[in-house]
Amino acid sequence: MVTSSEFGFEAFGLVKRFGRTTALDGVDLAAPAGTVLGVLGPNGAGKTTAVRVLATLLRPDAGRAAVGGHDVVRDAARVRRLIALAGQHATVDDELTGLANLVLVGRLLDLRRADAVARARELLDRFDLTEAAGRRVATYSGGMRRRLDLAASLVGRPRVLFLDEPSAGLDPGRRDELWRTVRRLRDDGVTVLLTTQYLEEADALADTVAVVDRGRVVACDTPAALKRVVGGQTLAVRPADPSDAPAVADLLARVAGRPADRAGGELVVPVDGDAVLLDAARALRDRDITVAEFALRLPSLDEVFHALVGSTKEAA
Amino acid sequence: MTTLARHGWVLAGRSLAKSARNPGPAVNAIVTPTLFLVLFLYLFGGAVSGSTGDYLQYLFPGILVMGAGLAGLLSTGAGLAADLRNGVTDRLRSMPIARVAPLLGSVLADVARYLVAVAALFAVASLLGFRPQGGPVAALAAAGLAVTFGFALSWVAVWIGALARNESAVLAFSFIALLPLQLGTSLAAPVATLPGWLGAWAGVNPVTHAMDACRALLAGAPAAAPVTATLLWSAGLVAVFCPLAVLAYTREG
Repeated sequence: MVTSSEFGFEAFGLVKRFGRTTALDGVDLAAPAGTVLGVLGPNGAGKTTAVRVLATLLRPDAGRAAVGGHDVVRDAARVRRLIALAGQHATVDDELTGLANLVLVGRLLDLRRADAVARARELLDRFDLTEAAGRRVATYSGGMRRRLDLAASLVGRPRVLFLDEPSAGLDPGRRDELWRTVRRLRDDGVTVLLTTQYLEEADALADTVAVVDRGRVVACDTPAALKRVVGGQTLAVRPADPSDAPAVADLLARVAGRPADRAGGELVVPVDGDAVLLDAARALRDRDITVAEFALRLPSLDEVFHALVGSTKEAA
Repeated sequence: MTTLARHGWVLAGRSLAKSARNPGPAVNAIVTPTLFLVLFLYLFGGAVSGSTGDYLQYLFPGILVMGAGLAGLLSTGAGLAADLRNGVTDRLRSMPIARVAPLLGSVLADVARYLVAVAALFAVASLLGFRPQGGPVAALAAAGLAVTFGFALSWVAVWIGALARNESAVLAFSFIALLPLQLGTSLAAPVATLPGWLGAWAGVNPVTHAMDACRALLAGAPAAAPVTATLLWSAGLVAVFCPLAVLAYTREG
């Protein structure tokens, strides 16, 4: 019995160029076994390229990467025994049924036919696809394809799972389901790399978040530490009557201890904890101000970059 | 090796399942040689052999080689090119299976389709009056040889598909390349009767050897030389194009 501690992954100084485009410009990433690494960044930051290098689909031009201690270039065959990939572009076959897709993967992983069918049915059931099992994937909705894709990745019980923007195109209920699945996998000792464009998702799932931009890791830390740098949560209030805006700005500045910004009809102020929420609500009630929107938010990706790139500039 | 064979077989099953859902190309690969058989037989039979009955004995072996490979090549390469742009290839390439397994699957599925085509062509020909003079064993040998040659040609098609990664480019290229391969042969008339330049091409064209070999086997005539030439060509094609196809398939893109 091998211990799960052997199955993390690490990458040092990965460089990958496509013609004149530098997709990865010296990327370091690592996740100890049984943890979730969130890779956060905008489109074109190099997230998918990094995943493809770790999944043995691309050779890096420089640097090295290892999964479970095996080099992804020299020992690709060993790495492939440990990993599974659920891509941004669902890696399932449109022309086959959902069941046939999963059975195919099982058979290629050397399960006997009956075992492959049983495993396929179990996963179809788990991902709520039993009714669609006999239909061609071409007839599936986007969300169903993503779920089938994830199911296909789990057929072989991988030790390391690469999820490339798994929540893109999922509606909120399905996204919660995906999040539960990822947490359960981590609890089972699976190491997960998850790319995302949403700090909220990285915050919800990742033990460590690497923020990438233009092929470089601009920050790598726990979600909590990252939120401290980027200002944590934001309280946003939209008064029902726009003429109340100055009064709301005033009271938000008082309870948060910082000046509030006005964005459209909305007032936003960075806050350090959710205790401010109650103070703000009480202050609004005392003044009889009704609100159309009242929310505690994590910073958007834009705000994260603004804060991080600003801070790295200051550091330099 | 047994693992590779099993993976190849599983992936061939995938390809055949797709064929069953979308039988157009496979049916086409039977209809095309059948059309050639009927057209050539009634257009040229009288002129070339004096009677359609005699001409059928000459023509059918060439049509058999066409059915066992050549007619199906268009869809093989195009199918693989489509696969490469499909996300499934990413999954296959990240799995612990041999790089050659998906290509082997594609080629094995071709062989299964060729076997069906060969059986269909034998049935059509016998309805038209064809009788293998060499007997049933020689007929089976001819069918086996034609399919073996088709298997070898499939590796060329797979290489083209993996290289081009574009269905319409593959179709256009294969269509142009196939015409001289199929028709610049002893298919419709003996090589000796062809004009010099065409005869020279037909003489070196491996498809001619395969057709001559099948013709000799089916007629019960001495067949050792063309059969040997066909088997050597088949081995050579696989030896060259199988590694090239794997290289093209594993190329990043």
